[in-house]
Amino acid sequence: MFDNVFSDYTLRTVALGSALLGVVSGVIGAFAVLRRQSLLGDAMSHAALPGIVLAFIVTGSKEPLALMIGAALACWIGAMFVASIVRTTRIKSDSALGLILATFFGAGLVLLTWVQKWPTAAQAGLDKYLFGQAATLLERDVIAMAAIGLPALLILALFWKECAILAFDPDFASSIGLPVRLLDVLLTSLLVVAIIIGLQTVGVVLMSAMLVAPAAAARQWTDRLGVMVALSGILGAAAGVAGALLSSSAARLPTGPMIVVCVSMLTFVSLLLAPRRGIVWAWLRNARLAVRNQ
Amino acid sequence: MEIILIATVTAIACALPGVFLVLRRVAMVSDAITHTVLLGIVLAFFVVRDITSPLLAIAAAATGVATVALIELLHRTERIREDAAIGLVFPFLFSIAVILIARYAGNVHLDVDAVLLGELAFAPLDRYTLWGYDLGPQALWLMSGILALSLLLMILFYKELKLATFDAALATTLGFMPAALHYGLMSVVSLTAVGAFNAVGSVLVVALMVAPPAAAYLLTDRLSRMLALSAVCGALAAILGCAAAFALDTSIAGAMAVVTGLIFSAAWVFAPERGLLAQALRHARQRQDFAQAMLLVHLLHHEATPQAAVECDPAHLNEHLRWDAAFTAHILRRAEQRGLLERQKDLIMLTESGRRLAAQTLGGEG
Repeated sequence: MFDNVFSDYTLRTVALGSALLGVVSGVIGAFAVLRRQSLLGDAMSHAALPGIVLAFIVTGSKEPLALMIGAALACWIGAMFVASIVRTTRIKSDSALGLILATFFGAGLVLLTWVQKWPTAAQAGLDKYLFGQAATLLERDVIAMAAIGLPALLILALFWKECAILAFDPDFASSIGLPVRLLDVLLTSLLVVAIIIGLQTVGVVLMSAMLVAPAAAARQWTDRLGVMVALSGILGAAAGVAGALLSSSAARLPTGPMIVVCVSMLTFVSLLLAPRRGIVWAWLRNARLAVRNQ
Repeated sequence: MEIILIATVTAIACALPGVFLVLRRVAMVSDAITHTVLLGIVLAFFVVRDITSPLLAIAAAATGVATVALIELLHRTERIREDAAIGLVFPFLFSIAVILIARYAGNVHLDVDAVLLGELAFAPLDRYTLWGYDLGPQALWLMSGILALSLLLMILFYKELKLATFDAALATTLGFMPAALHYGLMSVVSLTAVGAFNAVGSVLVVALMVAPPAAAYLLTDRLSRMLALSAVCGALAAILGCAAAFALDTSIAGAMAVVTGLIFSAAWVFAPERGLLAQALRHARQRQDFAQAMLLVHLLHHEATPQAAVECDPAHLNEHLRWDAAFTAHILRRAEQRGLLERQKDLIMLTESGRRLAAQTLGGEG
């Protein structure tokens, strides 16, 4: 199965794209999880749908870059709505997220249904953004993903210290004079980048797992931010490659869901077996204590 | 016509339990449940091999409750936060369902798109017939039954739900078992989601469960009124959404979701006390009240002093108070209308009530 990665061109492209997605979403998702914004990614990725369809309506092409820009704008507007609903009303963030997620997705659906009734055939395949279709990844798609994903990681590295402080103690961050609002905007923008990279591979519905699961897994193995973020990226990439390979190993195994299952399994294993924090070890410790106390 | 009726009943059935989801801050659980019920349907389908079996709906509702339990189990381990647990569990279970369908049920009528997006337009096609009489669409019967059940439960346990929602600690102390209520509520939510997503798709279920209650939350402080308003908003969204979808020939579920969003936006902007507009008006009024108090104190401070001729001259007031001319003129006119000051030749003088208000502002007895 592994020889295929080197010989099969399509599979190599898909595996590379999935790995790239895994790294970017793992690293950026780690900050989202630490900042208790695990579900923001879910809401924003659903909100991307109208942006994708509108970008297609405006440009008339399915050029990945154009669709990505549309998706990014819609993500951004969705995130802004969530933030301003929470700020100006007594509605809590969970309701604001659900509201934006569902209404934006509904708008996307309206546009998508409308576009699909066009007499031309150019719009065919827009609906693959719902669940992603990694098998259709082309080399230029992977290049587009790298072209926006790698700079995003670089920016995160440049502002590493500031983002770390913001993630753990936003009050402290503002008290030492860090531009908290600006950093918040930066981290949200990075989240947008991770989401639009994932749209073509896992789609808007499953994207949240790619942001949450690697980070939740990595968190179990370490208490250090640097290690956690690196591990999260590695686990994300590993799950991406594993999912791509597994889905190519048998017929009719969709890639996006396979990647999500892989990354979730990694998380469950980590929750159970990670040294010190693992649930199994805690359970054994308790059992031993109980025996000793008898 | 039947479509609108089904949509309305569905919207109300979703909006009622949604109120408690919004108040208990677990709105995103509805997102999780609506996705994972698909797994229940698929698994039950493999067992009974019959897509129309009522067992499927029961299995789906059970999966919804199991999802909630799994999220809570993960959260309870204290190794992962609740929002991360939600974001982890539902894509996982949903992915399994999608894979199972793609791999083993590709040739059956089990379409992921249909589950996710819904196709209300086809809902009236499945009908119940009894001895040859047409009893109406199945979806209508199903949703009406679910609505009746959830109404009944809500009336029976209204007091308990109310207390557990607003003061869980007190509810526990009084022996109301909030956990049991929580799972009861989640069962109702799951059942509603299963019934509704057949007709309208899972994402619209989220819209119907969250947006109308959120709008109602901005309009009232009473639980009973919030429930009623939420149902009204839901029904309104259903009717307007259907109308819009027919007019534009597009997805009914999507159009309804958009309309719920618009209704929420309207409440957000125009709500009598909590709306953005009301907030802005209140803010402007407070700013003017404060400016007026400043003006009165300024006048009180300088009246009957040698500088009064300069300090109380309306033409120079703006310089002393550092306001721009238009704002100064507006505040002067406003205070004059309220009888707090009067113009005498070139000067402005405090009236008796103006003097009293200024002294009050300074903390005196007036």
